[in-house]
Amino acid sequence: MTHPSDTGPAPVLALKDISKSFGAVRALRGVSLELFPGEVHALAGENGAGKSTLIKTLAGVHRPDSGQVLLDGEPVVFHGPGDARDAGIAVIYQEPTLFPDLSIAENIFMGRQPRRALGRIDHKATHTATAALMQRLGVDLDPDRPARGLSIADQQIVEIAKALSFDARVLIMDEPTAALTGSEVARLFGVVRTLREQGAAVLFISHRLEEIFEICRRVTTLRDGAWIASEPVEGMTEDDLVRRMVGRDLDELYPKQDVEPGEVALSVRRLTREGVFTDVSFEVRCGEIVGLAGLVGAGRTEVARAVFGIDRWDAGEVEVQGHRLTNGAPSTAMAAGLALVPEDRRAQGLVMDMSIERNIGLTGLRTTVKAGLMDRGAERSRSLDWAVKLQVKYARIADTVNTLSGGNQQKVVLAKWLATGPKVLIVDEPTRGIDVGTKAEVHRLLSQLAADGVAVLMISSDLPEVLGMADRVLVMHEGRLTAEIPRSEATEETVMAAATGRAAA
Amino acid sequence: MPESGSLVSRAIRWDTVVGALLIVLLLFSFSFVDGFGNAFNLSFLIGSALPIALIALPMTMLVVAGEIDLSVASTAGLSGAVMGKLWNQGMTIETIIPICLILGVVCGLVNGLLVTRLGLPSLAVTIGTLAAYRGIAQIVLGSDAVTDFPTQYLDFAAGRIGDTFVPYALLPFLVLLAIALVVLHATPFGRSLFAIGASEEAARFAGVRVKRHKLILFTVTGLVASLTGVFWALHYASARYDNATGLELSVIAAVLLGGIDFDGGKGTLGGAIAGVFLLGVLQNVMSLQDVSAQSQIVVTGVLLVVSVLGPRVARQISVARAASSSP
Repeated sequence: MTHPSDTGPAPVLALKDISKSFGAVRALRGVSLELFPGEVHALAGENGAGKSTLIKTLAGVHRPDSGQVLLDGEPVVFHGPGDARDAGIAVIYQEPTLFPDLSIAENIFMGRQPRRALGRIDHKATHTATAALMQRLGVDLDPDRPARGLSIADQQIVEIAKALSFDARVLIMDEPTAALTGSEVARLFGVVRTLREQGAAVLFISHRLEEIFEICRRVTTLRDGAWIASEPVEGMTEDDLVRRMVGRDLDELYPKQDVEPGEVALSVRRLTREGVFTDVSFEVRCGEIVGLAGLVGAGRTEVARAVFGIDRWDAGEVEVQGHRLTNGAPSTAMAAGLALVPEDRRAQGLVMDMSIERNIGLTGLRTTVKAGLMDRGAERSRSLDWAVKLQVKYARIADTVNTLSGGNQQKVVLAKWLATGPKVLIVDEPTRGIDVGTKAEVHRLLSQLAADGVAVLMISSDLPEVLGMADRVLVMHEGRLTAEIPRSEATEETVMAAATGRAAA
Repeated sequence: MPESGSLVSRAIRWDTVVGALLIVLLLFSFSFVDGFGNAFNLSFLIGSALPIALIALPMTMLVVAGEIDLSVASTAGLSGAVMGKLWNQGMTIETIIPICLILGVVCGLVNGLLVTRLGLPSLAVTIGTLAAYRGIAQIVLGSDAVTDFPTQYLDFAAGRIGDTFVPYALLPFLVLLAIALVVLHATPFGRSLFAIGASEEAARFAGVRVKRHKLILFTVTGLVASLTGVFWALHYASARYDNATGLELSVIAAVLLGGIDFDGGKGTLGGAIAGVFLLGVLQNVMSLQDVSAQSQIVVTGVLLVVSVLGPRVARQISVARAASSSP
């Protein structure tokens, strides 16, 4: 747990004893960090540990209250993101923001395109420069392709290319893999390795511990704003890392209980939405957790949306506990005992400007009513009850949900749906972007719900999660169900084979 | 963690600011403005503000739900024109008024269906129907002015209770206000409107029937607009095709001044009604003080810009307070 400074080259970027407070909250307390050229360095910690503040300090968004930022050993002060960029520091965010109607090349050289005579943009030079960047990254992307319709993975590549075009020597990657599929992660790691070989320093943030072990040489752990350790990854176990992050031994990450399945609770028959998914049939029984795996874009989320009634289906039928659902009517699906925890908690799961109390209350508008009027007492106790049961960490139940961390927001979404007493719970990416401690809590909760007789359909791109939690795994490929794999036979290989269409099991 | 429920942040809520301004302005006017406090002036003030206040009730709900209806004044005008036309043809007023109200429902329904079924933006739809409804009004009544409505109705719409300043028409308005307050702030329907305005998608994912709520709102808005048209024709004893022209802007101005966020999801009906009367009192006082009409328009215009800026500044202050106390 020491700062290894025996490495040959000097650190390209170092933080020394950085502290930063917001009001009474001490977000960073004496944090130090050294990034060496040619190293991929992980930054680990739970949500709220101070990772975001640290990144923003490096990126010039925040100025530290005390401590130093050293660039090539010289103290520097960043007055804004522009200063950090000029110093060769680039941040790649989880969900990049590109101009959709501009080409990849135009996005990369936005505002500083190579010029020809009379100030006209030199499209040819822009194209050539972009192609060179893509070649440097070892990626095959057409520079003239518009950004619209690019996958998040491709958008990140564009952002990385853009960073390189600024001669970035330090890349900070903030949860770049959260929304990527397995093969996209592999490609991204290929790019990261290329960058490393070319001498760049990469600061890598991920909630997926196995990724830290795969790609990083050293890891710095933060907890509650304090520096805990900077150490080589080699020789550590996942348990070691989790212990540093949460400060204690964590219970099992996948606490799956064995439950004898009961009656069929959800029955989907020959469901089709033209051009999106075709002829999808499956059942989920009470007490079962059924995983729905597949690549992003395979149609998993779309099936869930149609089943719940957000989108209409063109053919087929859905039954919840024997009640046929109305096409395109979430309210009747709810009344039949169906609940959907959607994939995008900020846009779909929560009304971000509303309080915790009212967000949870939104699913109870039919029940917390007295003589046609809102029964505020009942609404509050229902919301408090579930917020406490799910151990949501908040200051006041009347605080808006955008004051909460990602993991706590997800707990509010779960609370809001569990409060309806669902018989069938569909969860879409239930642990995306939330820290390992909360993730284990969500898994324990899902397992407990199944044990209590709820039928759970879990869509997840996190393969270990699917394998760890599901009794059965359904796999979709290009809009069709291609496989149903029992827990005993489900492995990364069998699931990925079905997800990529390599096998029709 | 931000102190979102604290007294400080509640004090900088815009609707409280508007309410306080209204009280200060009233105290000032009663004390220092000649002719303000007498019963005649007060009932005149209230009578002129009532059409705006009436339409502000459903308009507040629409804006809270993230929509808008610019055709309300035209619906009111159409309602008045049909009323005049049918009266000229010898129908009784007791038959005419329900017909006008049904017409308003139809006007609102058309707006609502265009918005919810075709998914058109309400701003565009109601700019269209603003022109269309007014055009129909002109076709119906031409340039006639119908003034000979039955006296007891005219007296009710323009008169006041005994020697007091209270217009008769204020009483039914207060009943409607009470109903609207309850609907918006104390029923599941109202709660859903705030959710729809703040995030339509999240509301849909929570099982809120978004389209149905919007259709109901547009229909009720049409109904209230036609009721306002009937009141207008009787209050001013004149049914013309151009009655209430431009009233939609006064309503929207007052609603925004009252702190209803144009982006939806925020505000209180109390604030909106305070906004209506703040503008009403201000115009009344300026008229009493012989402020020229042009200057009045400038003052109103400036207030509007302030009304759009004010809530944002107030919110930014509270966001900044929150940000300075949380990471």
